[in-house]
Amino acid sequence: MPSEERLRALYTDMVTARYYEERLQEEYLEGKQPAFDISAGPIPGELHLAAGQEAAAVGVCHHLRDDDVVTAPHRPHHVAIAKGVDLKRMTAEIFGRETGLCSGKGGHMHLFDPDVNFACSGIIAEGCPPAVGAGLAAKKRNTDSVAVAYLGEGAVDQGGFFESLNLAAVHDLPVVFVVEDNDWAISMPQERVTDVENAATRAEGFDMVGARVDRDDAVAVYEAAAEAVGRARDQNGPTVLSVQVHRRMGHFMGDPQSYRSDEDQEAALDRDSIERMEAHLRDHGLAEDELDAIRTEAHERVDDAIAWAKDQPKPDPESAYEHVFTNPPSGVTDTEPDFDLAETGGESE
Amino acid sequence: MTVDRELTMSRAIVEAIGSEMRENEEVFYMGEDVADYGGIFDSTQGLLEEFGYDRIMDVPISETAYLGAAVGAAQQGMRPIAELMFVDFFGVAMDQIYNQMAKNTYMSGGSVSVPMVMTTAVGGTYSDAAQHSQTLYGTFAHLPGMKVVVPSTAYDAKGLMHNAIRDDDPVVYMYHKRLMGLGWLPAPPGPKTPVPEEDYTIPFGRADVKREGADVTVVTLGLHVHRALDAAESLAADGVDVEVIDLRTLVPLDRETVVESVRKTGRLVVVDEDYRSFGLSGEIVSTVADEALDSLAAVERVAMPDVPIPYARELEGEVLPGTDDIEAAVRNVR
Repeated sequence: MPSEERLRALYTDMVTARYYEERLQEEYLEGKQPAFDISAGPIPGELHLAAGQEAAAVGVCHHLRDDDVVTAPHRPHHVAIAKGVDLKRMTAEIFGRETGLCSGKGGHMHLFDPDVNFACSGIIAEGCPPAVGAGLAAKKRNTDSVAVAYLGEGAVDQGGFFESLNLAAVHDLPVVFVVEDNDWAISMPQERVTDVENAATRAEGFDMVGARVDRDDAVAVYEAAAEAVGRARDQNGPTVLSVQVHRRMGHFMGDPQSYRSDEDQEAALDRDSIERMEAHLRDHGLAEDELDAIRTEAHERVDDAIAWAKDQPKPDPESAYEHVFTNPPSGVTDTEPDFDLAETGGESE
Repeated sequence: MTVDRELTMSRAIVEAIGSEMRENEEVFYMGEDVADYGGIFDSTQGLLEEFGYDRIMDVPISETAYLGAAVGAAQQGMRPIAELMFVDFFGVAMDQIYNQMAKNTYMSGGSVSVPMVMTTAVGGTYSDAAQHSQTLYGTFAHLPGMKVVVPSTAYDAKGLMHNAIRDDDPVVYMYHKRLMGLGWLPAPPGPKTPVPEEDYTIPFGRADVKREGADVTVVTLGLHVHRALDAAESLAADGVDVEVIDLRTLVPLDRETVVESVRKTGRLVVVDEDYRSFGLSGEIVSTVADEALDSLAAVERVAMPDVPIPYARELEGEVLPGTDDIEAAVRNVR
């Protein structure tokens, strides 16, 4: 069992992430009711919220340092919070503001915070190869940094995942592939598209360790991740860690979820990882007012970040043309080398 | 008899697919979220109820596998339709698309046919950022071996889909999200049109003059047909008579209609939601330069500048060609 201090820290990030998604949902739906128009309201674009998946984020990321790399998929906020991404600048990015993490160019699916080595991709499983690359860099430079790729259970059918497992395994790279299994690939239930219930069993075929946490319990994830991250840090190779989580909201905001039964939705609401975490804390003797204080502080932090973000300037339209290259081509180079080349007549020796 | 039944573009597409599936048991549909969900962009809405899971197939998030499987089934003589949810996802499966689907007929010396349709959603305007907003019209049209279809109205969409399914070659059928008539992404008024209930085909390679005019030719496709028509309306108030040509298919490309129009007007504006360089707009201009240079008094391109598509509304609005950009370009060539 983790220390009380660690339990508090796990809980803090969980309630921060949960409240963050609830507040973003409110903000996002502003101007989108009663008719849902994706182009209306203060938050642009699509929004994929992760309420119900907090245990997988905090249980793994609390073993990581700033120099460890995390790649997250299209549903990234909870992982970003657990990894220590700057909450204010992340929020400003989601609101499409100039001071956002990506100057308003990336948005919620494409968050990049190099200070804590956090990146996203909106394409399924496409965070896996870059995580393998980060693991390769750590091995080549002989550091003990590790890389973690987050993906959903729907992503384990994607070629990028399989190829990444093999490449990580054959080079014994310090990579952990965390499969957040929320049972649903948008509208497709797992059993319709994947004939393997537990994604961790896929690891066997690549001669690597697969582990499964069959409940969204942050402490159980923390303990399983201690082994997986420890294995990577000790240069003993990669792991697939599959965690059962639950999707409490739609795939994206505006998803009618008509494909999903009421029972399934209610079951997801019943299995609350946050209540489970509160039970752990009570077992450690924490009183209700201490839990309240943690929640209040987390909520204030989120409310502050959202208020700050909404107060930030919108980007200058002209900035759309910046950042295509790190070293933008100037069109005409200033100087060209002026060698004195002998006239050989093209004859070879 | 006047046709007065109006459909959204998605309903027109679904009607064509349903009819072809009824007629031919060898037609089936594969894609992510196409069964219970009915397609993220309503491309299969209602088809599961009639045809069941065997013919409206939800597939794993495995584009290489299922697009490649569509190629294989097509080579066996079936007529699969495979949906790539967003065109931007082509990257994870491009080998199956351009090295197999597009080339097998040629490489086999014509002994193999690939009669499949790859449907895919394109376009921006709703802040979906760099990985979910592209059109990539030019990319697919550039690579030989695929027919490329881009409807702008419900009427065109139905006839082009019938033709696509019956065609013996691979057809990339690209529908703009903003035109489909989705509840959550309201369409402009133009794409919802009267649509006959009976089956009909619109041949590939025939552009449609959506508005006749004497002064300036605007060549465009997809969403920007409607933006060009809006621009033409406001320019008409100033006495500028704009002709708007909707290409409808890129492969084959109806060069003749474009060239004839420029011979008449002498002035050309090409409007494209795809990237400016090395693409569709350059192809149209060079076609006119090749065949009607003497007639060409002035030319402008309005296209996506060569930057990835940004997220914030101010930034996307800056780079995505708008009605005002089209108006300005038309005034420039006048």
